[in-house]
Amino acid sequence: MQFMLLFSRQGKLRLQKWYVPLSDKERKKISRDLVQTILARKPKMCSFLEWRDLKIVYKRYASLYFCCAVEDQDNELITLEIIHRYVELLDKYFGSVCELDIIFNFEKAYFILDEFLLGGEAQETSKKNVLKAIEQADLLQEVRIFLYHQIHLL
Amino acid sequence: MPAVSKGDGMRGLAVFISDIRNCKSKEAEIKRINKELANIRSKFKGDKALDGYSKKKYVCKLLFIFLLGHDIDFGHMEAVNLLSSNKYTEKQIGYLFISVLVNSNSELIRLINNAIKNDLSSRNPTFMCLALHCIANVGSREMAEAFASEIPRILVAGDTMDSVKQSAALCLLRLYKTSPDLVLMGEWTSRVVHLLNDQHMGVVTAAISLITCLSQKNPDEFKTCVSLAVSRLSRIVSSASTDLQDYTYYFVPAPWLSCKLLRLLQCYPPPEDGAVKGRLVECLETILNKAQEPPKSKKVQHSNAKNAILFEAISLIIHYDSEPNLLVRACNQLGQFLQHRETNLRYLALESMCTLASSEFSHEAVKTHIETVINALKTERDVSVRQRAADLLYAMCDRSNAKQIVAEMLSYLETADYSIREEMVLKVAILAEKYAVDYSWYVDTILNLIRIAGDYVSEEVWYRVIQIVINRDDVQGYAAKTVFEALQAPACHENMVKVGGYILGEFGNLIAGDPRSSPLVQFNLLHSKFHLCSVPTRALLLSAYIKFINLFPETKATIQEVLRCDSQIRNSDVELQQRAVEYLKLSSIASTDVLATVLEEMPPFPERESSILAKLKKKKGPGAVSVTELEDSKREGGELNGGGDRGQDTATMAASNASTPSPSADLLGIRSTAPLGAAPASAGSLLVDVFSEAGPTAPSAAVNDDGFLRFVCKNNGVLFENQLLQIGIKSEYRQNLGRMYLFYGNKTSVQFASFTTTVSCPGELQSQLNVQTKPVEPLVEGGAQIQQVLNIECLTDFSDAPLLNIKFRYGGALQNLTLKLPVTINKFFQPTEMTSHDFFQRWKQLSQPQQEAQKIFKANNSMDTEVLKAKLLGLGTALLDNVDPNPENYVCAGVIQTKSQQVGCLLRLEPNAQAQVQHTDSPERVSHNYSSIPNFLHYLSPYSVNI
Repeated sequence: MQFMLLFSRQGKLRLQKWYVPLSDKERKKISRDLVQTILARKPKMCSFLEWRDLKIVYKRYASLYFCCAVEDQDNELITLEIIHRYVELLDKYFGSVCELDIIFNFEKAYFILDEFLLGGEAQETSKKNVLKAIEQADLLQEVRIFLYHQIHLL
Repeated sequence: MPAVSKGDGMRGLAVFISDIRNCKSKEAEIKRINKELANIRSKFKGDKALDGYSKKKYVCKLLFIFLLGHDIDFGHMEAVNLLSSNKYTEKQIGYLFISVLVNSNSELIRLINNAIKNDLSSRNPTFMCLALHCIANVGSREMAEAFASEIPRILVAGDTMDSVKQSAALCLLRLYKTSPDLVLMGEWTSRVVHLLNDQHMGVVTAAISLITCLSQKNPDEFKTCVSLAVSRLSRIVSSASTDLQDYTYYFVPAPWLSCKLLRLLQCYPPPEDGAVKGRLVECLETILNKAQEPPKSKKVQHSNAKNAILFEAISLIIHYDSEPNLLVRACNQLGQFLQHRETNLRYLALESMCTLASSEFSHEAVKTHIETVINALKTERDVSVRQRAADLLYAMCDRSNAKQIVAEMLSYLETADYSIREEMVLKVAILAEKYAVDYSWYVDTILNLIRIAGDYVSEEVWYRVIQIVINRDDVQGYAAKTVFEALQAPACHENMVKVGGYILGEFGNLIAGDPRSSPLVQFNLLHSKFHLCSVPTRALLLSAYIKFINLFPETKATIQEVLRCDSQIRNSDVELQQRAVEYLKLSSIASTDVLATVLEEMPPFPERESSILAKLKKKKGPGAVSVTELEDSKREGGELNGGGDRGQDTATMAASNASTPSPSADLLGIRSTAPLGAAPASAGSLLVDVFSEAGPTAPSAAVNDDGFLRFVCKNNGVLFENQLLQIGIKSEYRQNLGRMYLFYGNKTSVQFASFTTTVSCPGELQSQLNVQTKPVEPLVEGGAQIQQVLNIECLTDFSDAPLLNIKFRYGGALQNLTLKLPVTINKFFQPTEMTSHDFFQRWKQLSQPQQEAQKIFKANNSMDTEVLKAKLLGLGTALLDNVDPNPENYVCAGVIQTKSQQVGCLLRLEPNAQAQVQHTDSPERVSHNYSSIPNFLHYLSPYSVNI
């Protein structure tokens, strides 16, 4: 995987993870172009598209789009399930995750992603094991929980 | 405002995020952020030492601000301090900041590496994982140098925790991708391969990605992985859905691992060991069988995971291409998916079948689905799916179904999405040529293409139809008749006029017997289109006319009259005028014999690979095309021009009294239009460039182009400077040649060791610009300056800049720097003086969209006349006084000198002082198609603004 982006229906980036070295300028350009391309697509369209020389796999959960760029030989369907597993992890950790959880606890969203994917490859696909690693870390700090009223992703 | 219910973590951060979210405008947000930045800066600079918690909070706020898209230029030191905190959460935030905002500042990298080293040796698995994640996220060369030898040890050590092993494997993978030369597996190879047998599924999942990547590069060293992978796969495939506990995903056992195993096997040929192969075939059959079983769950996740494995298995079957039975089963399975209600599956089935179509075992089986695929092309609602259907039709096409497929593609073209039209046109043209049994069908198809999608028919396509008609005398009469009919349409595309002009000029005699297409009728028909056409087409038509005089002496008087009229013989376009004058003269003084020799029918073109095929390959981008193929297509482009050259030979006699050697002396103008074809909308997408730069051989340091723009309008100055190094530049240009002196000054008192500089021309630039230099001395003493000379030759139009990469060691640390060298197309300008009358006459001729670029931009500073003038002169053009009726405007003219051609450029700058806007109304007009001009104006615009 080359990168993963999370963005809202309004086109605001909520999380960006880059697995290839790119300058800040290039990252901004890529995210801008790609967000525009995906937001222009209608619901029910195919979750995959060719974009420049990459394959894009994306899926919308409530107000958030999850979008991965993978290489030519990568498997689209399994990438789609990588997205889903990540959403499940967020959901389990935050308890019915919604967009605001990811905004206010962006650092957590990054930590969970790092436990699940590393260098663009699946590191640990067991939900239990990923959450165990995160919870162990949480034991070392005070837990904070925010309550919001928002649409849940799952 | 979120309610904080338990603890208060980083309350300040939550409040700040809320504030940002409540900002009503972008301005308010920026104001709030600036306030926060000032606050954080003062806290960091303050006398009072900050406690770990505050540091963490502020670093986290900076990170949030950065992720909003703002630049952050401080706080790195504080983040590095957090790394050495013994509180986990502080360390974690420090690492996150470093991972997201890494900076190649060498001092900092050394400190970061120190902290990582401590954590790696801490024996605390959580700390070790954090450190490994950081290396994997940053993946810089400096980190590879520091840790590439340490991590394999951690990976295979018996006492390493599973979670650490997982991180170590993928960390190593990332380092291998950035610096393969530094990651040496050697003695570890066999132990790494045996991780495939590890009891912990997570360890296998992580390790297999590393093994796959290493196998691709060194298949022999890792080939023992094949049998291990097969047995692992076999165990998963035959397990019940509950056996693997948490690694079962929606009733599918270990889908990620299964896909990765199947992917690994695709790095190798089918196993030689009969037992292993038998076991693998069994696995593949089981996977195909499972696809027919009723689903264990209605959830889409279940079917996605199951089908992900299925598609990966089909990829492996296609890769082996040796098991006819499996190939046909795969094809049937995909056939079912073609009609599935899930769009995703239809898309993937079309994509996968495309590769299946090229296998001899399954080609026929794929062909049976033709009706379904045609239907998909017509009815799919998503353009990306239609695109796949078009690709598959192209792949499954052969002699037996070519007529049907080409007809369907043609009719689809009438409504096709703009984004894919050009590619569709190329594909139709290729299929029509490849499978033409009778060439009249071919000619019909191409003319239909021009009629339906004329705008998307590139030069290559219509050159090709002409090459074929000229080479095959059985089709010439038919072609003449067909173009004659096509030209009768009241509105026909200019490409049709070009083809028509060329073919009637060569073969009009073949239909002249019919009174309905007598010579004069043919001529009048062509000439009725003349006034609507662009200059290159008109030039082509003039050549067709002179050919008519030779073919049909009875048209001589009429045509001479046309040539003699003022609008031709005094045409303001040099090319048209020259042709009119010369053709008129030729027709009046040359004897019939001489005429017949000069204007003889074009000889056949040498047979060669289709130029359109080359273009299609090119369009697919470097990912899909091997280097040799690209070279082929380049050569093909050259030969295409070569084809024009031969025309030029015929024309040289006609143009022998030409006073100026014109680059487009070719009779039928192919040469003069060739540059357009040669420079296709350089679709070299950003990503292609970007990622090729990111490749292992390219410098990891980002290109620094700060200094670049300042040199657009000047030749001497300081290109780059930091605490260590200063690079000065002096350059001079004459015609299409240039010489650049680079001065590297060591600002420190310490010697630079292993000082090397490399100049490279990335991508296309290689064939456009020739830069030569000698290596420099590897040692630069403290305070010393060394010099390097670059010789530059501009071969043809270019838009990228060459890159200068500098590497040296300073106090043991490797410095790596990449700069853009300020070589821009305008350096090869030769100023040209002309009168007001000449200027505007030329200006008006250049009215084609591709000959013109216009840009309106805002001036940041006051528009001082003298400064503006200096800039424009610096650009290399002549600044023409008393030319524009409005004295406020600036007009300039110049000729760009390249080895292959000379291109005139006119420029007009209209400042609007009230609005502080440089309104350039048609600022730039060029006498030939000139693809760099828009880019080049970009150079100009920021520059004029920074006055």
